[in-house]
Amino acid sequence: MVPLSAYVAVSAILFATGLIGVLVRRNFIIVLMSVEIMLNAANINLVAFSHYLESMAGQIVALFVIAIAAGEAAVGLAIIIVVFRGRLSTNVDEMNLLKW
Amino acid sequence: MALFFFVYFSLVSIAAGLLTVALRNPVHCGLALLTLLLHVAGLFVLLNAEFLFAVQVIVYAGAILVLYLFVLMLLNLKTDERYLHSRYAVILFAAAAVCGELLILLLRSPYAGAKGDAPAEVVLKDGDSYAVGIKMFSDYLLPFEIVGVFLLGAIIGAIVLAKTPTSADAEE
Repeated sequence: MVPLSAYVAVSAILFATGLIGVLVRRNFIIVLMSVEIMLNAANINLVAFSHYLESMAGQIVALFVIAIAAGEAAVGLAIIIVVFRGRLSTNVDEMNLLKW
Repeated sequence: MALFFFVYFSLVSIAAGLLTVALRNPVHCGLALLTLLLHVAGLFVLLNAEFLFAVQVIVYAGAILVLYLFVLMLLNLKTDERYLHSRYAVILFAAAAVCGELLILLLRSPYAGAKGDAPAEVVLKDGDSYAVGIKMFSDYLLPFEIVGVFLLGAIIGAIVLAKTPTSADAEE
């Protein structure tokens, strides 16, 4: 029987990886992919607690997280296309159109 | 046996997560993310969540990742010689601080709590999809509807944002 803390450890490592990816990478698409890693880490946590604490609520919330991730991906990629059309670049440190 | 599968799925997902963050070519990153998503789906099976396994494979690996790959192919990005953020040293320090705080919080957590009303044998009797469906359409009906409206808004927002500018819009 795998203990609950093992799942929490895997999820924490994945979350830290995604966090570092979001903050450090320069390509906006990779930043969005790192956000997906973080959401997956949260999902592992939710489902693991749902299994070990014998409640269905965690799985329901994980489903909602997947739905929100789909919306986030659609809007984020649309923003990338708009920015790329104007600047021919998807690097986050060159995006300063809204800065004044 | 379950321990073997747990070790396999978790090690491969951690390795794929590291590759997603570290690889240079965005298409390779997308493929590493696909590996991560499929192995996380495997972890869901180990946790008796077959419905989430199917949703993860169909929606995440099937739809979201294909969207990412479409945009990557569409934009045809060149691989930059510099792939880190221009001020990554400062940012990495902040990331290390957040990870340290995460570690402290995890070490202080009890990992226990009040048990709910769905023990494994009850869930396995009728299947996980049945249990999720009953719960979703009784206690969580309002959030379900809100997510539907949210997705509609996201679709409309994405279409409006990514619309090709017509000649009427171009006179700016």
